[in-house]
Amino acid sequence: MSKGKTMLAIGACVLVLACLLWFLNALFLPKYMSEIPEGALIREYYEEETDHRILFVGDCEIYENFSPDTFWTEYGLTTYYRGSAQQLIWQSYYLLEEMLEHETPDVVCFNVLSMKYDTPQNEAYNRMSIDGMKLSKHKLGSIKASMTEEETMLSYLVPLLRYHSRWSEIGREDWEYLFRRDIVSDSGYLMNVHVKPVETIPDAKPLADYAFSDVCWDYLERMRLLCVEKGVSFVLIKAPSLWPYWYDEWDDQIVRYAEEHGLAYVNLLDHVEEIGIDWNTDTYDGGLHLNVYGAEKAAKWFGAWLTERFDLADLRRAESFSSPEEAERVNRVWTEKHEAYEARKARLEAEYASK
Amino acid sequence: MSFATAGFVAFFAALFLLYYAIPKKHQWKLLLAGSLVFYWFAGWRCLVFIGVTALSTWFAARKIETLAASQTEALKAEEARRKEAGDPLTKEERKARKAAAKKVRWRWALGCMLLNFGILAVMKYTGFLLSIVGVSFRGFAAVMGISFYTFQSMGYLIDVYWGKVPAERNFARFALFVTFFPQLIQGPISRYGDLAKSLYAEHGWNNRTIGRGALRVIWGFAKKLIIADRLAIPLKILTQKPDLYTGWNVALVIVLYAAELYADFTGGIDITIGCANMLGIDVAENFNRPFFSKNTAEYWRRWHITMGTWFRDYVFYPLSTAKGMLRLHKACSAKFGGFGKKITVYLTTLLLWFVTGVWHGAAWNFIVWGLLNGIVILVSQELEPLYARFHGRFPRLKPSKAYGIFEIVRTFLLMSLIRVFDVYRDVPLTFRQIGTIVTGGTAVRFGELGLSSADWIIAGIGIAALYAASFLNVREPARDRLVRRPFLAWAGATALIVLIIVFGIYGIGYDSTAFIYNQF
Repeated sequence: MSKGKTMLAIGACVLVLACLLWFLNALFLPKYMSEIPEGALIREYYEEETDHRILFVGDCEIYENFSPDTFWTEYGLTTYYRGSAQQLIWQSYYLLEEMLEHETPDVVCFNVLSMKYDTPQNEAYNRMSIDGMKLSKHKLGSIKASMTEEETMLSYLVPLLRYHSRWSEIGREDWEYLFRRDIVSDSGYLMNVHVKPVETIPDAKPLADYAFSDVCWDYLERMRLLCVEKGVSFVLIKAPSLWPYWYDEWDDQIVRYAEEHGLAYVNLLDHVEEIGIDWNTDTYDGGLHLNVYGAEKAAKWFGAWLTERFDLADLRRAESFSSPEEAERVNRVWTEKHEAYEARKARLEAEYASK
Repeated sequence: MSFATAGFVAFFAALFLLYYAIPKKHQWKLLLAGSLVFYWFAGWRCLVFIGVTALSTWFAARKIETLAASQTEALKAEEARRKEAGDPLTKEERKARKAAAKKVRWRWALGCMLLNFGILAVMKYTGFLLSIVGVSFRGFAAVMGISFYTFQSMGYLIDVYWGKVPAERNFARFALFVTFFPQLIQGPISRYGDLAKSLYAEHGWNNRTIGRGALRVIWGFAKKLIIADRLAIPLKILTQKPDLYTGWNVALVIVLYAAELYADFTGGIDITIGCANMLGIDVAENFNRPFFSKNTAEYWRRWHITMGTWFRDYVFYPLSTAKGMLRLHKACSAKFGGFGKKITVYLTTLLLWFVTGVWHGAAWNFIVWGLLNGIVILVSQELEPLYARFHGRFPRLKPSKAYGIFEIVRTFLLMSLIRVFDVYRDVPLTFRQIGTIVTGGTAVRFGELGLSSADWIIAGIGIAALYAASFLNVREPARDRLVRRPFLAWAGATALIVLIIVFGIYGIGYDSTAFIYNQF
């Protein structure tokens, strides 16, 4: 065979192999449609049709405790919740960095619970936070900061190398969602209509050291500076979840940091009564996260808190936009989102009631 | 750097492309640089050890050759002088001169061997030897491939001493022979005379050679990642808690370990030889369908061939023909008659297998394993007259296919049974476990052994594929036939790569086992 034909044959083989691997990559990647929908959240951001006035970043306390529909219907605020289970602060940073490349909100809210984690925790949670990101320098940064000892960069760039062991689990969902996904969230908010009242919350054990680590302070500072650079207000929040326990010593450190840098910080746990949270009806897992009823209350209260402090335009009004076409488009999109939210809520309530 | 890593694949891919891009006369230098880089990943101190072996062996071999030349010249000169003087050298004088000269050369060879085998002994066996006298010592950190490169270098030294091969004058070229990276992890143990023919030659791009090599590498990865590492999972469970897994579980260990070791070792060798072939270099085969052997002696001519021939050529034959052994043979024959003639055979055989066991590892189970192999071989030899009488009575039995299958199965089970000392790593425990096959033990519960039913099926298909490949390779290796059909070869390679990526045991959740022979 001539050299030219050899190169052609090699090229063809490489191409066929690449196509096969690309296909298998799509097939083996977990779809998170029916089980563990948290895994689908990060990538849904790319489906958004409008910018957002408020971005939330953080862990499950972000995407389960605030209703975007309430923000819209009460205040005309467009919000997005970019988070995943046990999302670490550096993962939040890189996600925020990515989002701020595409849009410039008025406010970024960061849930401070993840300040307690200063080392990579869990490969599965890393995957849920990172796999959904598009390949970019932000994703690479997040991978490098997040990898546990047993993980490799290559397995993130080629997820097939991680998920190849799913070959015996491949089912209908993997084929059905090979090249598409259903939207499982509402602007990143994961709705839950179940009710499980708070029974007992374990006593928090005293810690030997309450100081947040330098790594976490570093990433918090980077988020703050990123917001300063983009002209975005940076707000620190502690969502109203009863567990993991939020120590007073931790709270003090955040209060001091906020004061030092002129940031707004609100611990919603201190305002549970004002918010109107009823721990018998507004949580689906005994106080760890709010259900939709609690999330709507939290959003209503927090929306008022934000509009008091920041100049946030009500986007239901045409005068908030520079062009009527844009006003019409945004309102159309968010009206559709509202309808989808209501439909999802009704469906979930019907399913829950039938159990 | 293990073979079964993305790092090795990237390393070899880069080396391969450079190899055929640079001027051919520099190819061997690139291989040397690549081998040193490869070894560097094992740790800089490992480079020191291999460097000492390479330098001392090269120097000693050069010295031996130079001495041989100068001693021959000196003897010729003396012969000429004495002839001129009318007093020619007698046969005895010539013999004495030669013996004295040989003694000097032997001292150099011995010194070099003592140094290098000494290093090997200290690094590998200090912990074991101290444990015998009750001293606890964790042992020194492993030096990658030390057993392989030491034996390979000493083989070269002895060949130079015997005058079989000329000493390599260029240290860099010799260093490449010692450090040639595909062989470092698990052999084969090459002979300088064989390897040098292609190691330093200039190699142009050859589709068939490269294609054959590549197919072999891919097949090696498939054996290692799909079969060997998959079987390692139940084996780990079965052997970590031996009290829970007795009886038929031990029988399962015997069979699984045989398959796992074969897939692991031959997989690694396929990667070694395939990589070498892709670079145009011919490396000795190390396996020849060993599970089709009909007796133990044949088995050891087919399994780890280069180790077997090394011990045969450099230990067994010299030991058998050593003056001391010949004297002992004479004395025993005189004292014990016919039986006495066999004593030295027994002695050399058991010594050989003792050393083979020790080479495999610094532990009693390896020594017992080695001695058992020796005993089985000796018993087989002693029973030969009995076999001959039996087959004389039933002449149609031996040539029959059924008897052939019986012999193969018998040899497989016997060798697998002996090999189980390697997996339990404790002599009394191994005997106890084997005993439970007869006395009875716990039931086999496949569901508790770490593999799903689907995984067991994959393992079964993999083992069947190994057998099928052995059958296909009888007349000609299947890959040689494949490379003559390029489309089929490409399709096969692509399919195999996909199978490795999907079904391979690697990544999170799997304990990707190191190559078993890597520890040597």
